[in-house]
Amino acid sequence: MIRFDDVTKTYDRTARPALDGVDLEVSRGEFVFLVGASGSGKSTFLRLVLKEEDATSGAVQVAGKDLRRLSSWKVPHLRRQIGVVFQDFRLLPGKTVFQNVAFALQVIGRSRGSIAAAVPEVLELVGLEGKGDRLPHELSGGEQQRVAIARAIVNSPAILLADEPTGNLDPTTSLGITRLLERINGRGTTVVMATHDDDIVDSMRKRVVELVDGHVVRDEHQGGYVTGAIPVVPAPEVSVDHRGAAAVDVPADGRPVAEQGGGAR
Amino acid sequence: MLSEIGIGLRRNLAMTISVVLVTFVSLTFVGAGALMQQQVSTMKGDWYDRVQVAIFLCTQDSLSASCSGAATDADKAAIEQALASPPLSQYVSEVEFETSDEAYAQFQEQDAELSASVTPDQLPESFRVGLEDPERFGVISESFQGSPGVEQVVDQREVLEPFFAVLNAATAGSLALAGVMLVAAVLLIGTTIRLAAFNRRRETGIMRLVGASSTFLQLPFLLEGVIAVCLGAGMAGAVLLLAVDRGVTGWLAEQVPAFDYITTTDVWATIPWLFVGGIVLASVASLVSLSRYLKV
Repeated sequence: MIRFDDVTKTYDRTARPALDGVDLEVSRGEFVFLVGASGSGKSTFLRLVLKEEDATSGAVQVAGKDLRRLSSWKVPHLRRQIGVVFQDFRLLPGKTVFQNVAFALQVIGRSRGSIAAAVPEVLELVGLEGKGDRLPHELSGGEQQRVAIARAIVNSPAILLADEPTGNLDPTTSLGITRLLERINGRGTTVVMATHDDDIVDSMRKRVVELVDGHVVRDEHQGGYVTGAIPVVPAPEVSVDHRGAAAVDVPADGRPVAEQGGGAR
Repeated sequence: MLSEIGIGLRRNLAMTISVVLVTFVSLTFVGAGALMQQQVSTMKGDWYDRVQVAIFLCTQDSLSASCSGAATDADKAAIEQALASPPLSQYVSEVEFETSDEAYAQFQEQDAELSASVTPDQLPESFRVGLEDPERFGVISESFQGSPGVEQVVDQREVLEPFFAVLNAATAGSLALAGVMLVAAVLLIGTTIRLAAFNRRRETGIMRLVGASSTFLQLPFLLEGVIAVCLGAGMAGAVLLLAVDRGVTGWLAEQVPAFDYITTTDVWATIPWLFVGGIVLASVASLVSLSRYLKV
């Protein structure tokens, strides 16, 4: 669904690349945590998937399309297959919950009828039934993020990107939001969630990709925020010498974890 | 939150008003320049269609060296013969003979007061010669200047030349001014759209993320620019109509009735072009600005 081949992204002003030789593959229907400190390249990764930025080198493939060859007028069509959620919700303050969600369909030219059908359905899915008439400032942070999620998935995208969606929320609410993302994932949507909320990552036991200074230093299935039994290999060695999603952590018994999808505890 | 929107709206309103005013002024000058050129061509066409060269014949009082009393019938016949035969006939489209009485009648019509002090026989008879090519005045002039019975050969276009020169200079001036104003208008439209895009970055950011097409994203901004320019063009058209109706038809045509003047019909024909020019200008300025500040 998402495939990075030796992708490097250097922003003009900085000498150090934000992403440096990243190889990563996210399959259809996967749920992936993208962890790492601020500035490790999580947001750059998401921006590359959305083609908000172009990779300096390497190939980015999303939903079967090579983004290097995607002309700019086709970018909107790419983005209609991707839902995005942010830490700061990004709701329109003057619009009601219903209007905020409907906005996403209006601007891609959906008919009024299909909007009227789709919006209540998705509000129910995210647990906001009956709150369509509220304004964003009348809602709690968790509820606002649910509106944002509803807006992101109302067009049934194949991929949902979440950039620190729980960064502004308390632990209980955060868990609720993550469970919601898991439920959405259960309906077939590929979910990539960038976070540095260790409790959530630890409790979910999903695939974890860790970035340090633009390098993938860890790629574990059912991983925790920090790796369990396996010592983290020093970053420069791993990312410079290895390619491919599997080429990261090898547990004590020698089985390559990422390929077999289990065992890394 | 609401006050924030209010501030943004007010700031935008001021910018929109300034776009309207600047395009109004610039398009007024563009339109004025176009109308002055139409006036020049109206006058030229009118005048060139009539008579370009007057060969004034000697009167009994003439003091010119080539005159010895009034021109005789033989002189007139010789002139007429010369105009009608090669090599001159190829330059001549028509010849009219104006008698002293006709000249007096026209003089009376133009200025009754002054004409009272002369008698018809003081006014010269003349051949009015129309030329195929008005620029070839020199040929006629050389052929007849100093001929027996000819007092003077006058290119009547010369009467109008200073007037045309003034109109041409005014046209150049107004077009230069219009050019400067149009540059200001383009820059202002660009800045306005940049501000508007900044003020609405929250909405446009979401629109981009959910995959709104660039048309959907940019069209509202484009339309704002076009609407503002159309308001300016409408005001410019109204001012030009008023100016021509009151200034030319209502005043100049009464004061100096000898010429044909442009009318509001000409203004109505010009106005659509002001709109077209303005819309093209606004669209180009908008698209350039949008491609920089509102990328997909």
